[in-house]
Amino acid sequence: MQISTHQNILKPSLWKIYFLESKTETLRMLRTPGFSVPTLLFPVMFYTFFGIIFTMNAATMPTYLMVTYGVFGVIGPALFSFGVGIAVDRGQGWFDIKEVSPMPASAYIFARIVLTFLFSLAIVMLLFFMGAVFADVELLRSQWLLIALILLLGSLPFCVIGMTLGLFLKSSSAPATVNLIYLPMGFLSGLWIPITLFPDVMQLIANFLPPYHLAQIALKVIDMDVGANLWLHIGVLLTYTIVFIILANRAYNKKDKK
Amino acid sequence: MQQNRQIKIASINNVSKKFQEKYALIDVSMDIYQGEVLSILGPNGAGKTTLINMMLGRLSLKEGEIAIFGLQPGVIELKRQCGAMLQVSGLPDMLTVKEHVQLFQSYYTTPMQYDKVIELAGLESIQNQYSKNLSGGQKQRLLFALSICGNPRLLFLDEPSVGMDINARKSLWRTITELKKQGTSIVLTTHYLQEADQLSDRIIMLNQGRIIHQGTPNEIKSSINSRKISFISSASIDQFVNLQSDNTIECSGKYYEIQSTDTVQTLKQIFAITDDISDLSVTRAALEDAFLLLNKESEQ
Repeated sequence: MQISTHQNILKPSLWKIYFLESKTETLRMLRTPGFSVPTLLFPVMFYTFFGIIFTMNAATMPTYLMVTYGVFGVIGPALFSFGVGIAVDRGQGWFDIKEVSPMPASAYIFARIVLTFLFSLAIVMLLFFMGAVFADVELLRSQWLLIALILLLGSLPFCVIGMTLGLFLKSSSAPATVNLIYLPMGFLSGLWIPITLFPDVMQLIANFLPPYHLAQIALKVIDMDVGANLWLHIGVLLTYTIVFIILANRAYNKKDKK
Repeated sequence: MQQNRQIKIASINNVSKKFQEKYALIDVSMDIYQGEVLSILGPNGAGKTTLINMMLGRLSLKEGEIAIFGLQPGVIELKRQCGAMLQVSGLPDMLTVKEHVQLFQSYYTTPMQYDKVIELAGLESIQNQYSKNLSGGQKQRLLFALSICGNPRLLFLDEPSVGMDINARKSLWRTITELKKQGTSIVLTTHYLQEADQLSDRIIMLNQGRIIHQGTPNEIKSSINSRKISFISSASIDQFVNLQSDNTIECSGKYYEIQSTDTVQTLKQIFAITDDISDLSVTRAALEDAFLLLNKESEQ
């Protein structure tokens, strides 16, 4: 009796998979305007109301809030595309099909990061446009660029947090739960109202929240941060990222789920 | 065929699987050969899906051994040689059939040609439709296309024909037969016994986590050595009660059905009782009869 063993040493092109996976994931999202349009417009609308029209201090507020709403804006797609997206795929059994297919798990993550970046970039551009055109925000070219870069890269810890949520939550409860985390966390981190206007206790709480630290890093570029050490902020964000990578990895590799 | 069966591609040895305190699989051992269709049959909760999920590496393996192409279930080198069609409630809505298939093709080293996938799965007319707009049967065909698009050497089909109409089912059967001819091994679970009977080279019957029977469809059918004798007679049922005790007699009006393990002997006895016999036929048990009977035996 012969026993057949595997013979394929060839591998499919990883970049081609990454490209196609990102393309399909993006198409899927663009064709669901009911999700994509509100996600894009929500932060811009908030900024326009509270940062430009009803601003308390026309000299500094539009600039400050443009940055913090930028943080708010990039966190949204990260939490939703990963958190809700994965929970829904899991709920439908689609995630199972992907899991038994030879798709590299990294391709799934890569595609969603690309999607998150595209959304984040569009949101940041819209905010910059509103700020520059309607609120006379004036920054150096290097500052615009650096803030955009910080915001984009800063969405990564939230991708990881979203991924963990997506692997734990049920598809039916995921949207509500993610909102319950997203909105209060954004408010308590001082993204809507500057942190310095908060009572001391709340300022202390903000120190434990990752959006606060991302906002502080971005605000440092225009000297509007509270003055803490840059590495403290980076350290907190990295810690969050590592802890949630471990949690997500554990959830993903946990077998016998059903 | 005889040659193909010499080549073993997978072996499952003494696999048991426990969920909480209950065993879903108990000491299951079986082999899979190249180019065969192997059906796993059993009532709901018999352990069919658990067994498939063990082979796909979706469940942890703690008792027993599984090797497929010499690899552990779940490793990507193995996944690249397998296709799997699972029961799914929804596909991503806003992608077309074509986009779905092309994406899945990219996961494989030597994918099947796109046109061939579409043809085999019968998707020619709906290539550019969003999966949102597909009917239940069309979705099943798309899932089937995704499972075969990588030119798999081993294909798992979990209830593939659910929701398909009779034409779609027939064409699925033709495709399965064609893939088999090309040397693909197919592991199939199904509720349609006719499907298993037509397609399978071998059948494994599970009940309460154990393999209660395995063999070719013919072997399984003939493992029940009783035959059904049916005829019309105006003789009253009382006259037949003296037949051998292992026969069961059913009578409705003039129509008689007698189950017998020794047909010749029983027929002799019948004719000794009366000559008033017409429309006589002797038929072998169908797979369905065998299935019910074997399950009943194993539960006793």
